[in-house]
Amino acid sequence: MGIPGFVQTLFADYTLRQVALGAAMLGIVNGVLGSFAVLRKQSLLGDGISHAALPGIALAFLLTGSKSSLTLLLGAAAAGWVGTLLIMSIVNHTRVKYDSALGLVLSVFFGFGLVLLTYIQKLPVATQAGLDKFLFGQAATLLRKDVATIAVLGGIVVAFLLVFWKEFKLVSFDPDFAFSLGYPVRALDVLLTTLLVIAIVIGLQTVGVVLMSAMVVAPAAAARQWTDRLGVMVAVSGIFGALAGVGGALVSSSASRIPTGPTIVLCASAVVLFSLLLAPNRGLAWGYFREQINRRQLQTEAVLGDLYILARQHREAGHGHPVEVLRTMAHGHGGVDRSLKVLQERGLVEETGPGEWALTPPGMEEAGRLSRQWRETP
Amino acid sequence: MTGPRGMAGAESAIRVEDLTVAYGEKPVLWDVDMAVPPGVLMAVIGPNGAGKTTLIKAIMGLVRPVAGYVSIFGKPYLSQRRLVGYVPQRNSVDWDFPTSVLDVVMMGRYGVLGWFGRPGRAERKAAMEALTKVGMADLAGRQISQLSGGQQQRVFLARALVQDARVYLMDEPFQGVDATTERAIVTLLKEMRSEGKTVLVVHHDLQTVPEYFDWVTLLNVRCVASGPVEKAFIDRNLRLTYGGRVSYLTHHAAEETFGHPEE
Repeated sequence: MGIPGFVQTLFADYTLRQVALGAAMLGIVNGVLGSFAVLRKQSLLGDGISHAALPGIALAFLLTGSKSSLTLLLGAAAAGWVGTLLIMSIVNHTRVKYDSALGLVLSVFFGFGLVLLTYIQKLPVATQAGLDKFLFGQAATLLRKDVATIAVLGGIVVAFLLVFWKEFKLVSFDPDFAFSLGYPVRALDVLLTTLLVIAIVIGLQTVGVVLMSAMVVAPAAAARQWTDRLGVMVAVSGIFGALAGVGGALVSSSASRIPTGPTIVLCASAVVLFSLLLAPNRGLAWGYFREQINRRQLQTEAVLGDLYILARQHREAGHGHPVEVLRTMAHGHGGVDRSLKVLQERGLVEETGPGEWALTPPGMEEAGRLSRQWRETP
Repeated sequence: MTGPRGMAGAESAIRVEDLTVAYGEKPVLWDVDMAVPPGVLMAVIGPNGAGKTTLIKAIMGLVRPVAGYVSIFGKPYLSQRRLVGYVPQRNSVDWDFPTSVLDVVMMGRYGVLGWFGRPGRAERKAAMEALTKVGMADLAGRQISQLSGGQQQRVFLARALVQDARVYLMDEPFQGVDATTERAIVTLLKEMRSEGKTVLVVHHDLQTVPEYFDWVTLLNVRCVASGPVEKAFIDRNLRLTYGGRVSYLTHHAAEETFGHPEE
């Protein structure tokens, strides 16, 4: 099936359309909220929340016997929230550090969730099957009402974010200053974390608790590479989240029995890798090329400087110096021939004989200017 | 301690009474009394761990005191919050945050804007004026991660300026800035004083206290002395504050560096 065929199927196939829509929305919401989590250095909190949600899902099912997405999500949100509060109170009231508290709560809640899940699967109830999709996610199981739930909750989360944009930005950048202005920093902190919990919970059915944190961290980390403005970063992160979500969900839905979580993570990783390498300014490739350009320019200036030293020793303008001498003076750093060619093109040096080089009068002037500049900057 | 007493205390810009702060069982500030008259530039000095930063944070309620009372112009701090501007330590924030210089400075207006106000033209104008005052107007659009230490400090000062407060609390504004920036900051502080602002500055360099400030508080968990520089900044008080390891007045030129007692 070629790409046009695929797109055609996408719009023709009702189920696939649902899946793509749901994945896109949860991608946007998590990308947007994830930006704040990443900037507040709470990337791992997403991992804690999603793992802590598992026992909530299982308990919600055991208590109500219902598998409606809203019931299970409420259970997940409650458990995720309790897990978060537990992490915070461990940090505040004991000597255990944030990372240890997070690891502790994450594993205890997740372990408890797995026990409950195993118990549920042994129950002789016909409706019990399918809860295990919350482990690795199964986008293909998204129904119309699941997508509606995602849309409503996601919409609420994003609306809150827009209303409190200025406040969230302030507490993320400088909470002490926010406090000094009279903002209730603790309440804003709780609100922002609650929004993150909701964002994560609406993704659990599609992505699964195990890999959900990738949807929080990856789009935001990738988006940070491309911009230095918060608004742009949040928007780009939302777009990246949607791309990863839709890509992963469609791949997993079209090839049967592949869980969605892993395919979404692969898509998100591709976006991150691409951004880390190729983003302007912050990208690795950009940095490498900038370094190469700097190095070449320094090499060229060094050769010009060496010729200047030689010229001053000889007091005879236009006296050619063998290229071997220049190579020795460059201490084997190389680039002498390339530098001479560049300088020749700029009319600063001339080849006076085979393998012999001298400064031209403009070259003499330029070298003098550079050497004065070097002397001035310590 | 000399200073306004009784009803006259209402005239103090900042008045701290019996302030005690403890982290765990260890007191960080112990029974600190201090009255700062309006329109003075006051240095808060003391060795590392003396509680200088904690004093500022306790005045603002950022750290909850075990006991004590803080008033600003005679009224409790909470009702006078709008009158107090704050310059935190430069390294207390992540300078790689995706935002611009102008944006950070406009944050100083957020308190006035309230919950649903959005920064607009008036805020932009105020921010640009403050940036001009600190000599950073041409860097308004720059991403904050590209600033030097001195420039970061100037941005924080500009943010405080747009708050248009009457009392300023500054936590080590001179830390790690070059000589040019230090001079620029001092000029700015003196300008603020001439406008009638009261400025409290956590300071480290004893040499420059008489030159920069007219009021000083010597702090080492307890308040050793607080008053005009010529009265409070004397050898005996410095010895009490720094544990006898300072000889500021005996070697007036004081080439030596000061050893701070180990914590």
